[in-house]
Amino acid sequence: MSVLNAKVPEGEMSEKWENHKGHIDLVNPANKRNIDVIVIGTGLAGGSASATLAELGYNVKTFCFQDSPRRAHSIAAQGGINAAKNYQGDGDSNYRLFYDTVKGGDYRSREANVYRLAQVSGNIIDQCVAQGVPFAREYGGLLDNRSFGGVLVSRTFYAAGQTGQQLLLGAYSALSRQIATGKVEMFNRHEMLDVVIVDGKARGIIARNLITGEIERHSAHAVVMAGGGYGNVFFLSTNAMGSNVTAAWKAYKKGAFFANPCYTQIHPTCIPRSGDHQSKLTLMSESLRNDGRIWVPLHIEDAEKIRNGSLKPTDLAEDRRDYYLERRYPAFGNLVPRDVASRAAKERCDAGFGVNKTGEAVYLDFAAAVLRYGKIQARLHDIDETNTAEIERLGKDVVKSKYGNLFEMYEKIVDQNPYETPMMIYPAVHYTMGGTWVDYNLMTSVEGLYSIGEANFSDHGANRLGASALMQGLADGYFVLPYTIGDYLAKEISTGKIPTDLPEFDAAEKEVAGRIEKLINNKGTKPVDEFHKRLGKVMWDKVGMARNEKGLKEAIAEIKVIREEFWKDVFVPGSDKGFNQELEKAGRVADFLELGELFALDALQRNESCGGHFREEYKTPEGEALRDDKDFAYVAAWEYKGDNVEPALHKEELKFEAIALKTRSYK
Amino acid sequence: MNLKLKVWRQLGANDKGQMVDYDVKDISPDSSFLEMIDVLNLELVVKGEEPIAFDHDCREGICGSCSMYINGQPHGPGDRVTTCQLHMRSFKDGETITIEPWRASAFPIIKDLVVDRGAFDRIIQAGGYVSVNTSGNTQDANAIPIPKHDADAAFDAATCIGCGACVAACKNASAMLFVSAKVSQLDLLPQGKVESDQRVLNMVAQMDKEGFGNCTNTGACEAECPKGISLENIARMNRLYSKSSISSK
Repeated sequence: MSVLNAKVPEGEMSEKWENHKGHIDLVNPANKRNIDVIVIGTGLAGGSASATLAELGYNVKTFCFQDSPRRAHSIAAQGGINAAKNYQGDGDSNYRLFYDTVKGGDYRSREANVYRLAQVSGNIIDQCVAQGVPFAREYGGLLDNRSFGGVLVSRTFYAAGQTGQQLLLGAYSALSRQIATGKVEMFNRHEMLDVVIVDGKARGIIARNLITGEIERHSAHAVVMAGGGYGNVFFLSTNAMGSNVTAAWKAYKKGAFFANPCYTQIHPTCIPRSGDHQSKLTLMSESLRNDGRIWVPLHIEDAEKIRNGSLKPTDLAEDRRDYYLERRYPAFGNLVPRDVASRAAKERCDAGFGVNKTGEAVYLDFAAAVLRYGKIQARLHDIDETNTAEIERLGKDVVKSKYGNLFEMYEKIVDQNPYETPMMIYPAVHYTMGGTWVDYNLMTSVEGLYSIGEANFSDHGANRLGASALMQGLADGYFVLPYTIGDYLAKEISTGKIPTDLPEFDAAEKEVAGRIEKLINNKGTKPVDEFHKRLGKVMWDKVGMARNEKGLKEAIAEIKVIREEFWKDVFVPGSDKGFNQELEKAGRVADFLELGELFALDALQRNESCGGHFREEYKTPEGEALRDDKDFAYVAAWEYKGDNVEPALHKEELKFEAIALKTRSYK
Repeated sequence: MNLKLKVWRQLGANDKGQMVDYDVKDISPDSSFLEMIDVLNLELVVKGEEPIAFDHDCREGICGSCSMYINGQPHGPGDRVTTCQLHMRSFKDGETITIEPWRASAFPIIKDLVVDRGAFDRIIQAGGYVSVNTSGNTQDANAIPIPKHDADAAFDAATCIGCGACVAACKNASAMLFVSAKVSQLDLLPQGKVESDQRVLNMVAQMDKEGFGNCTNTGACEAECPKGISLENIARMNRLYSKSSISSK
């Protein structure tokens, strides 16, 4: 049997999950009380999984590096969450959500996992409403929806531009309820630094108490990783400052295969960078593309004038603007998927049409939406339709009610009023589709070790559609893992408590302590950030939105050099005995320096363009991504073989039973 | 921009702290307040000194981690802004800026500008939820229509980011705005209303136990709240609390 058996159940696509659930081994409630589960991370996936596992009766130990589980970066998700409810009666269905997601992912996701995701999506909305999540509603009191990229229906539920916050606080409240009962033991300000494997099974973790610096051992019958994505390998991204790959990376080094590391989402609507001081990039929700029109000047001389400040965008006549997405993709227009929109923006800016000082920005314009909404309001309120000032005011009010907080955020950062002048946006690293390889049960290639949410790889293929990350995080945590984990834990009922004085715990703790000691006593000359910035620049320039063989090979060599210099010359001040944020950062950057190389290696072996992975050698004459289904319709799962040893590549063949492989077109 | 900083430095919870002066130079007015601290910290590290510890994560004003008391105001000058979204263009070249941690006995200092806000978590654990399990069998999300006005009001209360600026702003270090935001959100929704009586009693009891002060309606919390959480929530909670205390079973 291949090590990469995804264990997808037999049968019709639409029946796999029900059949499988019906045959999963169950653990009786009395036995659940004797079983411990560790969960790493408290975002939508980790928070919801912790709560649900505890409700089921397991003893849960949950860890987060932040000061509270409520701070996990899911909180920053803005636009919404998809569900195939078909409340709008616009022809939505489980199949359509499934189809859109597989197509959006450029046919590089696992069909059966995606179908299950679509099947449980409706339950998520029911569950969240029952928890008191205040979704946006219409005047009739029913839930409102909007559209996201890559989709022709309105299936996105939202809470203004703060959907992630509201869903996370829902999961956090469910988690808090279980902490109160004692079923979840919560470890704030703790970072998982290794997973402990005993007889081939995940049996616990080594964690560092970030306040005292103490290294702790925690045992369990299963370990669930929900640490999110690794976009911070680029230094600048929309991720939180603390977002890291450490849990997934330690697991990789202990035998959990890492899948498709090169699939990264570069989000098209972020605030452009303004200078070297910048520590992170800020996203402007994709929901803005519902109403905003994206353009650059049609003539290069106008672009130059805008860049040097002699021309204002609002003064540029309609026929001198190029609404390039509407021009290139008439069917989907401004709502093409993220990878397509990002590449199109880069193409225009590379050609010299960028609109800010750096030449790396395009406009997102709401003037047309203001007018359109204003006219509707004028009609509703019987106001003279020639009164343009009044129409504009009414229109701005509607836009404000939909996107007010996003407009405010933009103004705070850029110091320009987007109601008066078009927003400037540019693509930025946002999400990583790749992650720890998992089977249908969400178990990694290490027994008893699970990975959920953004941390795993399975649902989004090579490109994630908007509003699907929240859906997947909660699907995994509320409705999938708590059931599938039973299949494994049913065999653990007579195992008994796992002791933490086993030699495997000794060895793991020693390794962790040794590494911390090395970092603290290195006495180099350069701060951690310097290495992180250098790594980020290599990643962005050579492993970013467009990649080629030469650049990738250079990146691999350069990352090796940066890594060597890091270990030779990094300086970490302070002590390992207390609160030390530089030490935390050093450990995370050390892992990024290893991941970066695997990332580039993965991009190098994939001689095709698909979704977020764009290889310049493989494109159509029109510049669209050119997939190679004959040779690359597989998941690339990498097995660690030792430091500075080339990892082994395992391939999980992707079979498409329910959807025919087709060239993706949004024209 | 060149600035003079006076920053609270404290090694650990049981150590004595003090204000320390720093000069920072060549700061871009477009950088955020935390990016300005990043520049200073990088300089300190290069000099072999320990950087200033401070909580931060998302840097887009939503996670609620950042928590600096700047020139006598939580999150500094500017309306409805967190420290991470505060930009240096709000300050004058050459200005002296004083930076302290949140000061409240319920938020003990961990190091420098980092405080322990675990009390907020424990208040939520005392009742800030709807007691419904994850089953996949809850009724359809549209089964109970909710008036848009109520849903919007619940949402407004729910946008609290739990940063603690309300406590830091209050001369009594009261947590009433934080607690009432959660109590209101859930009371305004039919799903939460079921447990409203017990919830408000439990959460207020936990708030008192944590050592937060009483509310004297000065409104400093509302004025400083980066998310504009309204004082109305406190009024609603007071009404609910009185009603629940009398009718409590």
